[in-house]
Amino acid sequence: MTSIPMEYYLVLSGFMFSVGIVGVLIRRNAIVVFMSIELMLNSANLTLVTFSSYLGNVTGQVFVFFVMTVAAAEAAVGLAIIIAIFRNKLTVDIDKINIFKW
Amino acid sequence: MSLYDIIFYLFAAITILSGFIVVTSKNIVYSAFSLLFTFFGVAGIYVLLGADFIAIVQILVYVGGILILLLFGVMLTNKITNVDIRTGTIHVLPGAVAVGVLMGLLLSAMVWTEWKTQPSETPVTTTVTLGRLLITDYILIFELLGILLLIALIGAASIARREQE
Repeated sequence: MTSIPMEYYLVLSGFMFSVGIVGVLIRRNAIVVFMSIELMLNSANLTLVTFSSYLGNVTGQVFVFFVMTVAAAEAAVGLAIIIAIFRNKLTVDIDKINIFKW
Repeated sequence: MSLYDIIFYLFAAITILSGFIVVTSKNIVYSAFSLLFTFFGVAGIYVLLGADFIAIVQILVYVGGILILLLFGVMLTNKITNVDIRTGTIHVLPGAVAVGVLMGLLLSAMVWTEWKTQPSETPVTTTVTLGRLLITDYILIFELLGILLLIALIGAASIARREQE
């Protein structure tokens, strides 16, 4: 970690975040949207670990723990919701799940 | 070009490429499996940054937990009669424009800011420090997260459960 500037890691996580947003915006399957959200959470974690490592302070890694826990809870609940929706409507296409549309 | 550089570029390339495959692949199963490589790439970057414990937790939680959960989700939400794993895309052009603008802002902020970095002496292992922090300074949040996980698991089980007729 000595030779690589911190910006490289930040740019990497910026790219990952953008890829995640692309996935959320353009994909139609709810599960792929879910995977893209996991990508974005991972890029945020990468930023936290980068700052923590380059400042020599471990507290940032504690926050990564918290983010991971919330991500796990979110994955469990979200997939349960997707499965419940699939049972009712027989699709996970987010264009077809528009019952609340005005 | 030192060994650190080579390892960094290798893991960065793995992460970004497999991330692209996750988003662009037409087959959900391919997306799920390339997400595996993304998680491994990020774990490698964590090791490079000296965060050994976080890297192990990343592999345990993401690869061992969340990815398996996602694969089960893929399995459970495909019609058995009509195997429709392929999915399409929507709004590609406006999405690309919006993401391009956002990525430009993000990357310019990241590159042009004068970050106050110091050549830190990383501890050999972070596990001891992390454990101390978790049971002293952050004990309240730690306990709350335990309760949150319990609630989330109970909620997930009760949402996904089939109702009995």
